[in-house]
Amino acid sequence: MAAYTQLFDTLGLRAWCDAGSTGGPMTMAQLLAKAKAQSGGAEEVAFWSRPFPSLDVLNESCNAIWRTRDLTAAVESLFMGMKDGLKLVLDPLTQPLSWALTGTLKGFAFLPWWLTMLLVLLVVQRVTRSRGLTAFVGAAMLGLALIDHFDAAIQTFAIILVCTAISVLLGLPIGILMSKSDRAQKAVLPVLDLLQTLPSFVYLIPLIFLFSVTEPKLYGIAIILYAIVPIIRLTDLGIRLVDPDVTEAADAFGMTRWQKLVKVELPLALPNIMAGLNQTIMMSLAMVVIASLVSAPGLGVLVLRGINNLELGVGLVAGLGIVLLAIILDRVTKTALSRMNAGDQP
Amino acid sequence: MNAPAPVKISVRNLYKIFGPRPEAALADVRKGMGKTELLENGKHVLGLSDINIDMRAGQITVIMGLSGSGKSTLVRHLNRLIEPTTGQILIDGTDVTGLSPEGLRRLRQDQMTMVFQKFALLPHRTVLENAALALEVKGVPLAERSAEAMKWLERVGLGNFADRHPHRLSGGMQQRVGIARALASNAPILLMDEAFSALDPLIRTDMQNLLLQLQTELHKTIIFISHDLDEALKLADHLVILKDGCVVQQGDPQGIVLHPRDPYIVDFVSDINRARVLRVRSVMTPGLSDDMPPETVDTETTLEALIALSDGDTHRAYTVLNKGQPAGRIDMRDVVRALVPKVG
Ligand SMILES: Nc1ncnc2c1ncn2[C@@H]1O[C@H](COP(=O)(O)OP(=O)(O)OP(=O)(O)O)[C@@H](O)[C@H]1O
Ligand SMILES: [Mg+2]
Repeated sequence: MAAYTQLFDTLGLRAWCDAGSTGGPMTMAQLLAKAKAQSGGAEEVAFWSRPFPSLDVLNESCNAIWRTRDLTAAVESLFMGMKDGLKLVLDPLTQPLSWALTGTLKGFAFLPWWLTMLLVLLVVQRVTRSRGLTAFVGAAMLGLALIDHFDAAIQTFAIILVCTAISVLLGLPIGILMSKSDRAQKAVLPVLDLLQTLPSFVYLIPLIFLFSVTEPKLYGIAIILYAIVPIIRLTDLGIRLVDPDVTEAADAFGMTRWQKLVKVELPLALPNIMAGLNQTIMMSLAMVVIASLVSAPGLGVLVLRGINNLELGVGLVAGLGIVLLAIILDRVTKTALSRMNAGDQP
Repeated sequence: MNAPAPVKISVRNLYKIFGPRPEAALADVRKGMGKTELLENGKHVLGLSDINIDMRAGQITVIMGLSGSGKSTLVRHLNRLIEPTTGQILIDGTDVTGLSPEGLRRLRQDQMTMVFQKFALLPHRTVLENAALALEVKGVPLAERSAEAMKWLERVGLGNFADRHPHRLSGGMQQRVGIARALASNAPILLMDEAFSALDPLIRTDMQNLLLQLQTELHKTIIFISHDLDEALKLADHLVILKDGCVVQQGDPQGIVLHPRDPYIVDFVSDINRARVLRVRSVMTPGLSDDMPPETVDTETTLEALIALSDGDTHRAYTVLNKGQPAGRIDMRDVVRALVPKVG
């Protein structure tokens, strides 16, 4: 006899329990019990050793009560029911993301390796004005190319580029809105907290059901959701921290709200916004590795192969490539940022 | 003085109450409740109470008072950075309180400009770009506004610093940029909220002289906020003394020094160097007679300069000249008397 049978009997619910028999697959516990071939005769369960009255345990005593598996099944069918509707809205909305990702990946694949390297070096030199850093980036690229990891690294980089650009495109206006309206800030902050605390795998689950695993936007969305948080937060913070004396001066000179935003608030908030951009880039990199689980190409795929096939060397070398990429992205953005903070115009 | 200049800005029955329900508190204030009572009764701060001031074109009106007396609040009403609870602010006869957002921007772009205590320059722009800001807001093309801004930078002695960034300049130089920025807008009204308070005493004197010198050419209507009576007396054509949001006395600064109407002002006035502040015109006996002294002195001479001129001899007398014409006489004994504050 199950642990809580007596309870339902005393409450006079026996008829209700037996009427709503759920049947279905056995619970894990039942399976285990069967395997042990216990004699079903242990009639009395001592009071202190009764299991917690969870859904599964209660179901043993009263069939009308749902088991946990029934609950997860219900969530699943609810989600599946919404899926088509969601897909109808989200699919066209996110399609440009797929195009941008495939386009950029193809574009980089199309460029000859030496042109890619040259372009990267030119950009690095332009934003950092640091010969040492440019030389380091050059050496790193040559090294990666020598061990045949350059293409994968560039794929990872291309994904980061697209996802960061879209994060900025979406995050900047959201951050501006939050800085202008306390209500908007109150509404958005919990969402940001949620996005930041959810383990990254948890994003992937509903996304996998919504989109097919072969679509680039699947990992694009996962990366953006994760990486957009810092740019939003720091745009909001940066604008709120702008010296009130200076914004007052902007008003006193008769600036429109747009002029004030573009000529005063955004430039003064720029160091903070750039710090947000740096974090957004780094978080994209972290996520793009995980996203290789859902077919994101690049260095992450090699790491994954290392794990799956127990090819230790492959995984470690690819991991090293990721570290190198991280160092480059971080150094380049930080150097550009500190150059900006020094207040020198180019 | 001659026929008074026309009134440029007229503040009428202005009240400002900070807090959640200013209208309700306004009734209490009108019944005579003071600042401290109001604060105790509710969460309201009496910013300004029944302010009436006429500010004349081409003159420097100085608003003086201790910290928290409402000076900044008052000057920010003139360009409506702060909304009044009730009252009128007439500029050339039009009520600013009724302006639309667009009209208000016009007013701030074309009629008024402002210099700030903490300079409030844009750190990411060069000195020249800062000085050109007001014109940029108005949509003046780059070449034109740069030329105009450069002209004013040279005027305040910063022609060589146009390409620097503000944080590379000293405080005094930054405030010169602030003044150039304000003057470049070419607005007739200049608001200055403790513009020199953050500067060292010597630089401060320099800046006061610069302002007076510019004013002899520009004839702006200047509203200058100060908590320093010496500065106020040096600059003011019209002096307004604020206390706890109320005007306690206003008028000719010389008159206020000679006839303070409130113990609060007596306190203020007792600390100043009267010889340096008072001028011959405030102490002289107007009118001509047959036996005018041969030596002459101008109406605007300070008593300090006159004492130096007389070598400290209290028996001398001078004919006072107003713009070259004899206007009265001054005896050194009257001068000495004027140097002692009246008791009571
Ligand atoms: N936004 C506000 N909310 C509530 N009270 C305010 C606000 N602004 C000013 N006050 C109050 O109004 C009074 C006048 O302030 P104001 O800044 O005009 O003084 P001030 O004469 O300029 O002083 P200071 O010399 O310190 O600049 C003060 O008691 C201040 O606390
Ligand atoms: Mg003030």
